[in-house]
Amino acid sequence: MEIDMKGICKSFGTNQVLRGVNLHLHSGEVQALMGENGAGKSTLMNILTGIHKADAGTIEVDGKPTVFRNNKDAEDHGIAFIHQELNIWPNLSVLENLFPVKRPKTRFGFIDFKKMREIAEKKCQDIGIELPLDEIAGNCSVGQQQMVEITRSLLLDARVVIMDEPTAALTERETECLFEVMRRLKAQGVAIIYISHRMEEVFGNCDTITVMRDGQTISSKPVGETTMSQIVKDMVGREISEYYPIRTVTPGEEVFRVEHLTQPGVFQDVSFSVKKGEIFGVAGLMGAGRTEIMRALFGVDPHKEGKVYLHGKEINIKNPLDAIREGFGFITENRKTEGLILDFSILKNIALPSEKNFANYSCINAQKEYEFCQILADKLGVKTTDIYQEARNLSGGNQQKVVIAKWIGMHPSLLILDEPTRGIDVGAKKDIYDLMNELTAEGVSLIMVSSDLPEILGMSDRIMVIHEGQVAGILSRKEATQEKIITLATGGE
Amino acid sequence: MNSAKAKNLLREMGPLIGLIVLFAVIAMLNDRFISPSNLSNLLRQVSINALISFGMTFVILTGGIDLSVGSILALSSALLASMITSGMNPEMAVVVAAVIGLCLGAVNGIIIAYGKVAPFIATLATMTVYRGATLVYTNGNPISGLTEDPIFTGLGQGDVAGIPVPAILMFIAFFILLFILNKTPLGRQTYAVGGNEKVSYIAGIKINRIKILSYAITGLLCALAGAVLTARLNSAQPTAGTGYELDAIAAVVLGGTSLSGGKGRISGTLIGALIIGTLNNGLNILNVSSFYQQVVKGIVILLAVLMDRKK
Repeated sequence: MEIDMKGICKSFGTNQVLRGVNLHLHSGEVQALMGENGAGKSTLMNILTGIHKADAGTIEVDGKPTVFRNNKDAEDHGIAFIHQELNIWPNLSVLENLFPVKRPKTRFGFIDFKKMREIAEKKCQDIGIELPLDEIAGNCSVGQQQMVEITRSLLLDARVVIMDEPTAALTERETECLFEVMRRLKAQGVAIIYISHRMEEVFGNCDTITVMRDGQTISSKPVGETTMSQIVKDMVGREISEYYPIRTVTPGEEVFRVEHLTQPGVFQDVSFSVKKGEIFGVAGLMGAGRTEIMRALFGVDPHKEGKVYLHGKEINIKNPLDAIREGFGFITENRKTEGLILDFSILKNIALPSEKNFANYSCINAQKEYEFCQILADKLGVKTTDIYQEARNLSGGNQQKVVIAKWIGMHPSLLILDEPTRGIDVGAKKDIYDLMNELTAEGVSLIMVSSDLPEILGMSDRIMVIHEGQVAGILSRKEATQEKIITLATGGE
Repeated sequence: MNSAKAKNLLREMGPLIGLIVLFAVIAMLNDRFISPSNLSNLLRQVSINALISFGMTFVILTGGIDLSVGSILALSSALLASMITSGMNPEMAVVVAAVIGLCLGAVNGIIIAYGKVAPFIATLATMTVYRGATLVYTNGNPISGLTEDPIFTGLGQGDVAGIPVPAILMFIAFFILLFILNKTPLGRQTYAVGGNEKVSYIAGIKINRIKILSYAITGLLCALAGAVLTARLNSAQPTAGTGYELDAIAAVVLGGTSLSGGKGRISGTLIGALIIGTLNNGLNILNVSSFYQQVVKGIVILLAVLMDRKK
């Protein structure tokens, strides 16, 4: 199957999102689609799969001009879109999830579960995966759920599979498994469009890289003919001389120490210390317990044993309020559900933990509050018309900046950042890295949890690797390499 | 002004426009509606529901709901009446009744915050308990002929400069609560808890305290409404306030406050209460049978909510 999109234009209201995009895809090709958030990738894919209609331009499928009326129509033509938010019925079994609509029937018109199972097993074999068919889908890992969706689309004879950031929530092993499946699909002639922010994955697994910026196709080249720095340049349209800023801060004396922190079944015997002005990276696989440790330190989740010291004095944190009083800040992993109140304005979000600072006689001083928040929003470079905009309407990168502004405003001495740059565009990432550098220069200690290895390596002064709830090792910046981290994280020697 | 702002303004003004249209239509159909005596009467009727609805707004903003408001009103009213008949100074008795209301509300809040019971279930249970306690306490009989004290009876029946005292109370409560919601950290935190409890908790907000406070404020306002009602009738009815929770929720929703919490305004609730009061009063004046009145009221609520969705 061959797809040729030419001169696709699309506007939403007065906002022109696509300005003549071209995209070419042929059988057995794995094409990466890259670009900053808001470049128009999703809109383009929505047009290809019939969710939106193009204002101008043509789509040719195997040389025939085609317009899909809706998502279902595209699926019938063999184009499947696997969204970032998976479409799973969490209370149904995996098997039932594989056959959401057309289930094989017995002679009497009942559902033929035996036949369903046969078909499913054969398909799984074809692509070389194993699925727990009787498991309730909601209990499966994200990786398995993704495989369920892929298998489902293949059962509908998909010839083109679009995947939107499929590895964002996967463990290292699941990611490897996904790539293996992609290779098999490719061998069977299935074409794949792969949307991702992760350079390494793209270079390791794709044939072609297409870069979009501001609703246009900037480049489309075979992997061999381009480089990472070229791609980054195409994406942002400006030279990023240094993706990660040079760390010039020399960490000072130890300020924060954790000893034998334990929560049975979640993490055991975690001990480490953080120095003044240090960026302390925490690496590990998804589900290793990194986030849980951070939540326990901040008092969001409980821990059973262990001691925590700040400036040599033991402190007891039972809830987030205690942590805040000790001068901690916590940028959570999931900004939409734990970082921001989406209905609140930027201002109200930033002011949330600091309100008593501008309350005189328990009445909020609006002028003081506004100035406080405006300064922080400016400092972080939040792009918005004014800070009365609802947080809901901001892009991912801007939302993250608001979350960070909120905690910076408290003047924390220790800031925990859990996946601070996940799912945000390159420009915003760079801004956040620069800010982290600036903070450490002011003497703030940072703990950064990240699944992005280059980020961990590029930013951290020391790196703690967590494996199955335990500290597998603490590496200095000098000795750390991707291989070493992965080895520790997977429990290797 | 850009279109988004205009849209927002229209959204905010929607309930008010609705009220004005409703007012104009009823006035055109029967000019007795806008006579000073009827308007004063209208305000008097609205004030009880409005007081309760103000409390309900707090609770709904935190993402909760309070079904026990009518029962709190009845129980505090019965206790108030018996305190007066047993010889307590009536003004003092009103204060004590208000504190009782506050405590009854706080009990709701404690069950919900610390017991982690869904607000609907918790207040459904206390609604029944408080109502039962009222019936037990009064033996099912009204307590009447309380006092001739002019200040007490004035609370329900009096006027100051032509404005009924209950309405004055309503406006005072309105401005205090408006101030709390918009200008104080407590108000901001009330919105925050309803907007996203997790985010609020991580930001160091004392979630449980905010919840308990919002139910306690509601209890206090119910007791105040109960005192107004008791003073107006100079008697306490054990079945008083039955079904008031629905009128209060309706007023909040008509005022544009989201039942999922975190979004809404108390000024909207005041207008919502006025719409319901205007409907009740107006339909009476237009001689619509009370059976039809319910149908009309329901349809108006439905239309208001549907129009809010459309915008």
